[in-house]
Amino acid sequence: MAAVEMTAESPSATEKLRRRITSGRMTAAIVLLPPALILFTLFVIYPLAGSGVYAFYDWNGYNTPTDFVGFGNFERMAGHSVFQQSVMNSLKVIAVSLIVQLPMALLLALLIYRRTPENTAFRLIFFLPYILAEIAAGLIWSFIVDGNYGVVGDLTRALGMEPYFITSDRSWAFTAVMVVIVWKYFGFHMMIYIAALQGVPKDMIEAARIEGASRFGVIRHVQIPMIRPAIIVSVFFSVIGALQVFDVVIPLTNGGPSNSSHTIVTYLYTFGLARLKIGYGSAIGVTLFIAAVLVAVFYQRLFMRKPA
Amino acid sequence: MKSIAGAAALCAFAAVSAHAETSVKVLRPESNSPALQQFWQDVIAEYEAAHPDVDVEIEYFASEAYKTKLPTMLQSDARPDLIYSWAGLTLVDQVKAGLVQDISGELDQNYLDSFSPGALAAFSDGGKVYGLPMTERLVVFFANTELTDKAGIDLSGIKTWDDLLGAVATLKEAGITPLVSGGKDKWPLHFYYSYLVLREGGAEAIRAAMEGDDEGFESPAFIAAGQKMAQLAALDPFQPGVLSASAEQGNTMFGEGKAAFLLMGDWAYTQTIGVSQGSLLEGNLEILPFPSVVGGAGDPAATLGGINGYAVTTGAPPEAIDFLKFLVNAEHQRDGARRGLFVPVIQGTGDAIETPFSQQINAMIEAAPEHQIFLDQFLGASVGGTINDISAELVSGDVTPEDAAARIQEAWDFR
Repeated sequence: MAAVEMTAESPSATEKLRRRITSGRMTAAIVLLPPALILFTLFVIYPLAGSGVYAFYDWNGYNTPTDFVGFGNFERMAGHSVFQQSVMNSLKVIAVSLIVQLPMALLLALLIYRRTPENTAFRLIFFLPYILAEIAAGLIWSFIVDGNYGVVGDLTRALGMEPYFITSDRSWAFTAVMVVIVWKYFGFHMMIYIAALQGVPKDMIEAARIEGASRFGVIRHVQIPMIRPAIIVSVFFSVIGALQVFDVVIPLTNGGPSNSSHTIVTYLYTFGLARLKIGYGSAIGVTLFIAAVLVAVFYQRLFMRKPA
Repeated sequence: MKSIAGAAALCAFAAVSAHAETSVKVLRPESNSPALQQFWQDVIAEYEAAHPDVDVEIEYFASEAYKTKLPTMLQSDARPDLIYSWAGLTLVDQVKAGLVQDISGELDQNYLDSFSPGALAAFSDGGKVYGLPMTERLVVFFANTELTDKAGIDLSGIKTWDDLLGAVATLKEAGITPLVSGGKDKWPLHFYYSYLVLREGGAEAIRAAMEGDDEGFESPAFIAAGQKMAQLAALDPFQPGVLSASAEQGNTMFGEGKAAFLLMGDWAYTQTIGVSQGSLLEGNLEILPFPSVVGGAGDPAATLGGINGYAVTTGAPPEAIDFLKFLVNAEHQRDGARRGLFVPVIQGTGDAIETPFSQQINAMIEAAPEHQIFLDQFLGASVGGTINDISAELVSGDVTPEDAAARIQEAWDFR
């Protein structure tokens, strides 16, 4: 639009400015922009910039920070074995989400995407864990896996085995966390896929069938390519979500045993907030923020462009 | 009927708001004890009746949330006037930040002298008083005598750490779980480590470590405490899954008679073990002091526990200090003691305690040459958290005593 106008009349700069102002657009911007901008600055930019500053101080949260430590917090964090473990754990969550959770969600979606009463019932059942509050889910599972009073306890007793406590086993505690995460979120991704699958034109599937495509062939060459945008979005949600896992872990293992089941965010909470090392916590937060932004930017660049 | 009640409530409200000119805001972590809440209501009602122009409000937070929200609240306009405090370095940090005020000038010498000396010292820094202690807490071994009798253990014979290890071995042979604890919360396990440090080196070792004498927190007392704890852990003395049990679960299991010993604060007696509610343990419960260690420099009668009270924030009105003095006067200390709510800190009020259990706790605290505050509170949130971590890891065998001490020192340096 603007380009066309310019070549047609090529008005002077002052003329352009005058037009913009009188056209009402500028007024609209001046009137409408500040509320949004102020809110955004106040609640997003300001806290972000704040923690960006705190990250360079050793600060316990009282008064203004004065003890400047440069990159000290970041160096400490990089060298802390519990942080390294928590990064590994967050990566594991990403891997499990992509390798187990999403294929499972897709498989279930393919089974129940058609509109029938039975399918609606199953959809509801599979979606239930997602509706549940994270804290509640964590608590419920901590009761289930409890070796004394929980379902696991009943099972081991019934089988005459020694009681088993998965959440006090260093090598398996985080597996329990990941099981709960998959259980909790597969329904969400399944719903995304179901919505997308319902949007695939029936005649395309029919045409493929007539051309002799098998059931698998239809899925492979028609349905999956058609729901590609939905898959791209769900992968994005699951990666960003995996970086933010927090409330399932706290009631389930509280990061233990021996701090072996922290994610980046529970690490931030435990070692930054609960121990009143606000500067250190900010450094972790800044690092996590940068990681999330990098993921978002690269992912957008690579996958979320318009298909050619 | 409804409208009359409504009108009455409105009148009452109007009456209160017309007279109440000053409000005193008290912030405290939530207590699950209705009896304690009743105590507070009674004290406030009494105070407000005598001072119609003052309105005392209490706000509660869950314990962990309380600790993390406090710094923000103290620096906001919603700053409470009186804050619950476990004393220790957290209070010192608040003093340094100028967020709590020196109330020494408001307290006369007679009143100051009425406190047990250690208790007042916990709320003082550099000769100035920043708040008042209200109660002392004590960590002891609870013993289920039904189970120890079954295994043929003589409780009066458990004097030293080695006696305790012997008892653990005997219980294991008899197929009884010797100890129960809540390792997921970690702090119940830190009681063992803290007590061992106290026995090995006394409060002096902790003071020396804080001042950086010798090897700081890597001094022999801390290393020996870690070694003794590892020695205990090697016997596998806890209930299966100790590291995934919460403190409440641990206490409950003990209350259900599933283990012979529980190392816990005296509050567990009424709150979770549930003796008052006709528990299985009634008549089968005894308490023992933490055993001594052979060759340890610490006094075997020294105790570990809490000194809890309220600090006065900067900018709080004089009424807040007045209310605090009212709350912690001899009469209310006596009242709380009589109700079995807490062990009082004003000297001579302990005789109001009626239950034999609390009497025993009171006697142990009074006989103690020093009462060490829980290390996870005393050393501040960060170092305290590390002590909790290493205590749990010593039990799981994931850290050596030397590395455990080094990690405390590291946390202290980074404090």
